[in-house]
Amino acid sequence: MDITAKFGRFTLNRLQILGRSGIFLLAAIFQAFLPPFRIRRLVKEIEFIGSKSFLIVFVTALFTGMVLGIQGYYSLSQFGAEAALGVMVALSIIRELGPVLCSLMVAGRAGSAITAEIGIMKITDQFPALEMMAIDPLKYVISPKIIAGILSLPLLTAFFNLVGIAGGYLVGVKLLGVNEGAYLGKMVLAITFTDIYGGILKSLCFGVLITWIASFMGFTAEPTTEGVSRATTNAVVLISLSILIVDYILTSLLL
Amino acid sequence: MVSNNLNCHFEKGKITVILGGSGSGKTSLLRQVTGLEKPDSGSVYFNGLDLTTMGRKKLYDTRKKMGMLFQGSALFNYLNIFENIAFPLREHTKIADNIIKTIVTMKLEMVGLRGTEKLMPSQLSGGMTKRVGLARAIVMDPEIIFYDEPTSGLDPISTGVIDKLIKDLNQALNITSVVVSHDIKSCFRIADNIIILFYGDIIAEGTVEEIKNSKDLRVKQFINGEPEGPIPFTRTDKNYLDEILFD
Repeated sequence: MDITAKFGRFTLNRLQILGRSGIFLLAAIFQAFLPPFRIRRLVKEIEFIGSKSFLIVFVTALFTGMVLGIQGYYSLSQFGAEAALGVMVALSIIRELGPVLCSLMVAGRAGSAITAEIGIMKITDQFPALEMMAIDPLKYVISPKIIAGILSLPLLTAFFNLVGIAGGYLVGVKLLGVNEGAYLGKMVLAITFTDIYGGILKSLCFGVLITWIASFMGFTAEPTTEGVSRATTNAVVLISLSILIVDYILTSLLL
Repeated sequence: MVSNNLNCHFEKGKITVILGGSGSGKTSLLRQVTGLEKPDSGSVYFNGLDLTTMGRKKLYDTRKKMGMLFQGSALFNYLNIFENIAFPLREHTKIADNIIKTIVTMKLEMVGLRGTEKLMPSQLSGGMTKRVGLARAIVMDPEIIFYDEPTSGLDPISTGVIDKLIKDLNQALNITSVVVSHDIKSCFRIADNIIILFYGDIIAEGTVEEIKNSKDLRVKQFINGEPEGPIPFTRTDKNYLDEILFD
């Protein structure tokens, strides 16, 4: 086959998948606002994506904050500016590391599980079974996951921010002897609402990205064992990459 | 699977078995008859309404009168047996919990599995999950049930149990039943009418006696399970020697 034709076919193919996934997302969100509302399903998904990620987010945030404390102290002390440690830790975490790291951890934990779960539902004919019971699989299975992602990620990120700043405090103030008043006081003065708002907005977008890509990959997985394992791997890779890329785009738009 | 000019009907209150080997198009037929797949052309009528042209909402309303037992039972693995069977009731009706409990218990009694309510699907054997799937399929009291290879992969006793259930449900509740299968023995046990599919075409249609006495060589080969006959074992038309010697 001619190389131009090959390229054309490849591009068309990719665009088609992109279009289909877009319709998939819009339909799932649209369906979520139509009755009947399945609050119990939503709560269950929030428990899975949100609550069960608490520990992993806690550990990630604590150590990220602590490392920032050490690194920040080392850099800042070269200019005799240790007092700005709080500002540095808080700004890095609230604006960047909080939403990004938190989302990456959730993608690894919940994203892969979502793809695998949906893929296995597909293998075992549970989607046609829902169809035969006159229940829209998209609305029943996918919508609660996406809404749960939108609700959970900002909350998890807020939690990450809190723990991260505490981690920096632990190392900076308790271990390395930065003045407590300077660490907290300067932080409160320097951080504006836009910083927090930007971070939370990012986490919101990442919440959609995680649940959307994970669900779509599961939904379109080849209904075999290899198909689902491939889809799971692809989902995590794709989610992680898109988080980093979208993060750059959002940062440049927000600044 | 491509089917052309396929024309069949399922008699009300009777058990129709669609027989056919692997790749004969019987699963496709079942998916099209239930509206899970749209045929490229043609119509599917249920109670005088065409499933292929109706909208989604209408289709869903129609499906509430249908039940289906999937080959792998398709139970929800995150729900226990009770919740699996109660699922359609909870989704589509506002029936109170104590009445749901009564209905589910009745259906479980019908399939002989009372006492398994609290178990998860993974704790049951293949035959038992089929019976739970059956209980779920009849929980909304459908007018028609579709069975996708209900006895494949089951031991002879479980097969007998499922066959008896299909027969009993059909007689007790007067449910029209459509069974897709390649199990000749069980087919002869339960069928009122038999349709034999071969590569997307109906090659025979009739009652059990008519099929047993059929003069068609393909039908004979199929019901006797003979490896040699008009239905080819090999897939390619190419001559074996030609391929070995000249390719």
